[in-house]
Amino acid sequence: MIDKQKGVRMRVVLGATAGLLLMPVASLAETYSLTVDRVMIDTGDFVKQGIGYNGSSPGPVLRFKEGEEVTINVTNNLDESTSIHWHGLILPFEQDGVPGISFPGISAGETFTYRFPVQQAGTYWFHSHSGFQEPDGAYGAIVIEPKAREPFRYTRDYVVQLTDKHPHAGHQVMRNLKNMPDYYNRQQQTVGEFFSDAEENGLLNTLRDRLDWGGMRMMKADVEDVQGFTALINGKGPEQNWTGLFEPGERVRLRFINSSAMTYFDIRIPGLEMTVVQADGNNVQPVTVDELRISVAETYDVIVRPKEAQAYTIFAESMGRSGYARGTLAPQKGMAGEMPELRAPARLTMADMAGHQGMDHSGMDHSTMGQDMSVMDHAAMGHDMDSMDHAAIGHDMSTMDHAAMGHGDMKPADSADPFYAPGSGLLPTAANGGRFLSYTDLKAQQPLYPHREPIREIELRLTGNMERYIWSINGVTYDDADPIVLQYGERVRFKFVNDTMMAHPMHLHGMWTILDVGAGQWNPVKHTVSIAPATTVYTEVEVDAPGQWAFHCHLTYHMGGGMFRKVIVEGAPALEQAQHAETVLNEQGGV
Amino acid sequence: MRALHNGGLPALVLGMGLLVGLKVEAMELDDSGRKQSMAFWGIQFEELEYRYSDADEEIAVWDADAFYGTDDFKLRWLTRGEYAIEEQAYEGLENQIVGQFPVSEFFDAKAGIRIDTPEGPDRTYAVLGLSGLAPQWIEVDTNLYVSDEGDASADIDIEYELLLTNYWILTASLDATVAFSEDREIGVGQGLVSTETGLRLSYDLIDRAFSPYLGVVHERLYGDSAELARADGHGTEDWFAVVGARLAF
Repeated sequence: MIDKQKGVRMRVVLGATAGLLLMPVASLAETYSLTVDRVMIDTGDFVKQGIGYNGSSPGPVLRFKEGEEVTINVTNNLDESTSIHWHGLILPFEQDGVPGISFPGISAGETFTYRFPVQQAGTYWFHSHSGFQEPDGAYGAIVIEPKAREPFRYTRDYVVQLTDKHPHAGHQVMRNLKNMPDYYNRQQQTVGEFFSDAEENGLLNTLRDRLDWGGMRMMKADVEDVQGFTALINGKGPEQNWTGLFEPGERVRLRFINSSAMTYFDIRIPGLEMTVVQADGNNVQPVTVDELRISVAETYDVIVRPKEAQAYTIFAESMGRSGYARGTLAPQKGMAGEMPELRAPARLTMADMAGHQGMDHSGMDHSTMGQDMSVMDHAAMGHDMDSMDHAAIGHDMSTMDHAAMGHGDMKPADSADPFYAPGSGLLPTAANGGRFLSYTDLKAQQPLYPHREPIREIELRLTGNMERYIWSINGVTYDDADPIVLQYGERVRFKFVNDTMMAHPMHLHGMWTILDVGAGQWNPVKHTVSIAPATTVYTEVEVDAPGQWAFHCHLTYHMGGGMFRKVIVEGAPALEQAQHAETVLNEQGGV
Repeated sequence: MRALHNGGLPALVLGMGLLVGLKVEAMELDDSGRKQSMAFWGIQFEELEYRYSDADEEIAVWDADAFYGTDDFKLRWLTRGEYAIEEQAYEGLENQIVGQFPVSEFFDAKAGIRIDTPEGPDRTYAVLGLSGLAPQWIEVDTNLYVSDEGDASADIDIEYELLLTNYWILTASLDATVAFSEDREIGVGQGLVSTETGLRLSYDLIDRAFSPYLGVVHERLYGDSAELARADGHGTEDWFAVVGARLAF
């Protein structure tokens, strides 16, 4: 046990030492400057004042090199406090940029100097962690060039940063949600939908369905809290059509980053398969898919190989289908590929409600549930008909029905994703009937840590009250919560149980999250893990970073609503502390 | 300022670095606003309308509230008025200040004071109320009042919104008032006093901030209250056509 711990520690210490040793080498110390500015954001649908970096939103792509020591001078030109969090970067906690946890924030007019060694490679991003500045546009991308050769090849390299720019300012969205949780939901079930459902599933079934949901005071349409946004790719709205160029036959690396405040996207490029090579900055064993879902704050790097001299559309539908981002890969500027239709809005099912506190399991009539599932399935099929070919529908039926019906002894069909509740209305399917990326497809290319048993398990129930727009962990909001205390050197297993009807992308700062997909030492290493409604997900963390860190749902308004914790890592050994102090001393010397 | 920044901040960072594992909690400066309970405010006109009765009476009506507070406690001002346009007189004018706090997942309790200052005698009441969302999406607001005259009464408002589309909304509402003792001076008899039933068709024109509507409202007095009205030469039942807007800021 001690040896293993040592192994973990050694890695960190070596990393830090390497950083220190390399510091004097000029070529490996780079200085960057960022200004935080009021900017105008033009989405093509509307123009809105927001916040950006170096005069634009998104900010510049920061290109770091693995192993270098970066110095970043951040000048706050706003009339309010700000901060920058380097999302996914492993660094000393004072450099993590969370006001009140890592540092006091950057006051108006002040310049703050971040300095940290870059100990990793891959695709990341940065954003403000103050107030609601991030949804107002305060975000940018980070690309870190690796020291070693990458295990995949490509000739073109594009950042594809997705956001959900809303015409309302972030603080106003939060206030409207608090006053009226359905303020922005324009996909609610209507009288018209009642009659079309009744026609399809019978009047009584439909009535019973509505009464079941009404009895819980829950909405099947509660998939996207904040609608009415314009989805952007690298700051460009669907009409402005961000375009990446290629020569037919080239391999193009697309670095998808979801910097949205609230929106998950289902991404596809009709006509191209995507080979996923990296998730959250870490290499994964390549997996080729037709479509993938990127939850808020995640990144996925894919390689595509367009063979024809034609325009291919990058189409990213929001999970709730209330909006879409669109870009183009083309051999020359000004080309446009075919635009797919938006699929029908997702509807939650009773399966997504199973974790909800107000839900009495014993009282749930099984036959009703079965009914409801079949109702859901038919509806889903009906909606998908237009966009799906016949074979795909057939395929879908066989999988969804089995899972949905939930006959106790029947295993979910092969393609059912265990990261969704069986029969979930959020279960994604590929538009072309092909392969949709699941967390179970993600296997680490190289284990980052030696595999070992966790020392203890911490259960975190994701909880909330939609009507009051209160979001919490274990029923407690951040303002009332004690910090989560971890011991340096331990490996902790987190058990996430989602008791709400919404998906939550949970993000731990400062330390990697090893997502348990059942692959043992090949489990993927991430910084953000989406927990779907009514599911239980396990992650493990090697506690190797002293200090205090933020841990929260990355949906901006869920975080604002209280789904947030401070994590304190206690008991760093003397060596680590001395090392740490030395780093700080060195930094001081450099100022 | 500059010197202070250069000297002071690294020293602070150094201090924190040395104290890692010992006193990490010492730094509680939180200007992100998240560690504190967030306070919000809101202003809403549930009804702001012109009513035209079957007896050619014209009335301007509002039913509004404004609040400020956190998840745990809100201060709310509720105001309601009926202004007879021809008579240039307030048939009803009611203001409440209440404190509001959650008592269950879907309901808040309210306690405070209500002051009625219409044309005619004034009244002041102590208010205890319950407001929230009942199963099947029925909004409920019910209150118990005790007046400065010592009379007790209660009311209940229920409302249901039927979504014809996601923008066209048909709202059904029912308000009923019951008195536990008679207050002749203000025309209230014991028992069921009055009901107001409404049906309004609205369209969300600007987000949910401005939703114009058309509707019908039926008002009726019952029992002793109806007899008191008749004795004064007033009617006991009215039908109104209404036009107005729902506002929310």
